[in-house]
Amino acid sequence: MSEINLTLKIWRQPNAEAEGKVETYSVENISTDSSFLEMLDVLNEKLTHEGVDPVAFDHDCREGICGMCGAVVNGVAHGPEKETTLCQLHMRHFKNGDTIVIEPFRSRAFPIYKDLMIDRSAFDRIIQAGGYTNVNTGGTPDANSVRISSQQLELAMDAAACIGCGACVASCPNGSAMLFTSAKVSQLALLPQGQVERKERAQAMVQCMDGEGFGHCTNTKECEAVCPKGISISNIARLNREFLKGIFTGRDD
Amino acid sequence: MELKSNVPEGPLEKKWDNYRFSSKLVNPANRRKFSIIIVGTGLAGGAAAATLAEQGYQVKSFCIQDTPRRAHSIAAQGGINAAKNYQNDGDSIFRLFYDTIKGGDFRSREANVYRLAQVSNEIIDQCVAQGVPFAREYGGTLANRSFGGAQVSRTFYARGQTGQQLLLGAYSALSRQIKAGRVTMYTRREMMDVVVVDGRARGITVRNIITGEIESHAADLVILGTGGYGNVYFLSTNAMASNVTAAVRAYKKGAGFANPCYVQIHPTCIPVHGDFQSKLTLMSESLRNDGRVWVPKKKGETRKAADIPENERDYYLENKYPSFGNLVPRDVASRNAKEKCDEGQGVGPTGLAVYLDFAEAIQRDGADVIFRKYGNLFQMYQKIVNVDPMKEPMMIYPAVHYTMGGLWVDYNLMTTIPGLFAIGECNFSDHGANRLGASALMQGLADGYFVIAACVANYLGTNKFAKVDETNEAFLSSRREVEDRLQKLLKNSTGGSAGKCTVDEIHKELGKLMWDYCGMARNKEGLEHALKELPGIRQKFWDKVYIPGSTKDINQSLERAGRVADFIDFAEIVVRDALARGESCGCHLREESQTEENEALRDDANYSHVAVWEYTGEGSEPKLNIEPLTFENVTPSQRSYK
Repeated sequence: MSEINLTLKIWRQPNAEAEGKVETYSVENISTDSSFLEMLDVLNEKLTHEGVDPVAFDHDCREGICGMCGAVVNGVAHGPEKETTLCQLHMRHFKNGDTIVIEPFRSRAFPIYKDLMIDRSAFDRIIQAGGYTNVNTGGTPDANSVRISSQQLELAMDAAACIGCGACVASCPNGSAMLFTSAKVSQLALLPQGQVERKERAQAMVQCMDGEGFGHCTNTKECEAVCPKGISISNIARLNREFLKGIFTGRDD
Repeated sequence: MELKSNVPEGPLEKKWDNYRFSSKLVNPANRRKFSIIIVGTGLAGGAAAATLAEQGYQVKSFCIQDTPRRAHSIAAQGGINAAKNYQNDGDSIFRLFYDTIKGGDFRSREANVYRLAQVSNEIIDQCVAQGVPFAREYGGTLANRSFGGAQVSRTFYARGQTGQQLLLGAYSALSRQIKAGRVTMYTRREMMDVVVVDGRARGITVRNIITGEIESHAADLVILGTGGYGNVYFLSTNAMASNVTAAVRAYKKGAGFANPCYVQIHPTCIPVHGDFQSKLTLMSESLRNDGRVWVPKKKGETRKAADIPENERDYYLENKYPSFGNLVPRDVASRNAKEKCDEGQGVGPTGLAVYLDFAEAIQRDGADVIFRKYGNLFQMYQKIVNVDPMKEPMMIYPAVHYTMGGLWVDYNLMTTIPGLFAIGECNFSDHGANRLGASALMQGLADGYFVIAACVANYLGTNKFAKVDETNEAFLSSRREVEDRLQKLLKNSTGGSAGKCTVDEIHKELGKLMWDYCGMARNKEGLEHALKELPGIRQKFWDKVYIPGSTKDINQSLERAGRVADFIDFAEIVVRDALARGESCGCHLREESQTEENEALRDDANYSHVAVWEYTGEGSEPKLNIEPLTFENVTPSQRSYK
């Protein structure tokens, strides 16, 4: 372990309506074993002692699974490490004297609440449009009554690993939510349980996605590059196939 | 305080059937006339909201995060138990029941635990139908693993992300009901109070975290699925927002709090790195299936692990417990790690860690096999510690992980406030003094999907409900109390920050006191010391805590301050409970009560009961009430894992 000093340039915006600007702060003696969010904790303790409003940021589990944290660090969503959420980014990846620029995930569909806190409720509405199987609690068949090959299952699991953080949207030049939407569509399309609604699901979710103000996919692959869970853009290809199949073979009502 | 368990008549295996048959029901067409508030969207709360909405009730669901998909159930790694006996290795409902009761060191209620084991199988069916991608064998059937001391393979898992996949299953079911208009979802709300009208819980007061607005919500009943209180220790594996406020508010309104001293300290967590550590990260217990736990025999050893020869290593779990070895229950593993470190055999820069070594497993099964099993956990470890467990042993140390204590509930999952229910980790009911691995997910989903709906119908069917809305005086006075309290929290915020402290500084002070004197091993002297220190911390908090900003907008310092104020009050009943329970049992080790082999020594003659704490007003001592535990189907025995 060693300790480093840093200059931070952080986006400050008091609320959704106010105009924001970048403020410069310094932090000293940051342990390189600490996480990026722990470094922000140190800054906030310092700001509080100085009587300055601390930087608001979302976070919860701090073990890379809840999907609540996220910011753009030096131009990259969740920072420089591959397949790493902001809370799992450790300060050993920075050098003494570095300047770090920290901004919120920006997208038309993700309005800013305050500083680095954003509104990602559009993701919930996409799931509500069809990201489920229509089964009620109770009366379901025995879990082993349908066999699923482990290969197929692993593919579904790869897609199901999405944590809904929004880094894909923040990195996409079009602000597209295709990677997020395709992950859920893929999980259910790959499993026998998801077949009943398969023809309607992709269309319903894409329609909702468009309505929320997310842009279209133009295959820039920025989403895949920053995804902390390594969700592959092959899921987007699958979403496109599901969408087209739905158009040609889905119910017409 | 009257503590009637309301366990139904009949033999153990018939009780749940008898309950459902003798319970009142609500006609499907009438259900839409009833409204239900559910706080929390973890496995218990999320599953309950979806299920009750499917049945036709009007549901209002509340969560503290920005979306119901983030509750801390999501971080559970290892798996979920069920008595399916798919592996044909001798499992049964009775065996799962017995293991759970025994694992809890005979401090839970038989009937509740049996019901849990009974519904466990339905949970797996339900989750698979939702599209939860549980691991499969090559032939396509569901895979199982043995977990945390169980001698059968009954644990279902989805890589190291079982909690995430189960929570996303419940979230998708909930999303479907939100879309259908049967659930109104309120995100970014913090519960500040329970509203009691004519002796019944009829609503809640919440703070909107974005606007700062105080809101009242009325309903016919209230269900709390607000999780555990591990963050009273500051450092725990709980999420940062996990708190005890909802339960403490209920306690102060008349709900009994059961067994608060039962805190599980998980043996395999990543050790603390320094003063700015904000939380601890768990490494799944499944690692102990292949990892061997050891420390150097020599105290103050400075060589690297690889340079220490076999005969100078102390594989203390394997030596001390030959039949269970590295797979002893969590409390036993944790306590032994602490003992070794206290004796000076700990490793790492702080000396507060032991090795978990995969070298032998890699040699036996091959690197590929081990990496396939634990790869994602190894990567997680490497990200945090910068060491590759395929090459060097992991370092682990115990950390606060789960709280078995919680709001006291009867067989109906109802607290001592009529109409106020508690489900999941928030209640005390199923795990006794120690929870087995992969049983938290099982209990959360059992309560949420399968138990609460019958209890709710019974309650609604047996009572008459006067119309109550948010203009009722009880709602107005609750709002005033909440607003006054927020103003009180901000009273030191004028006149600058000089000479004042931050919320986290006080939270850390509280956590250290609790960890040092009410942690893994407790004694009378230490607990009395903690009890004496707590008022000083409380005083310091109210005199010195500095919170920038106002109540009227996003103010994360204010949110934390409210939670820490409740943790301080709550800590007192944790310590009092630990002091009152003069025996050792499960996770609660009183140094005065040990066997000759330093194992927890129960005292069934004096302590075979649930300890339930009753609030008696500010500044007055809480009252201890007792629910005796009787065992008709199992015989309490001294646990031995030798």
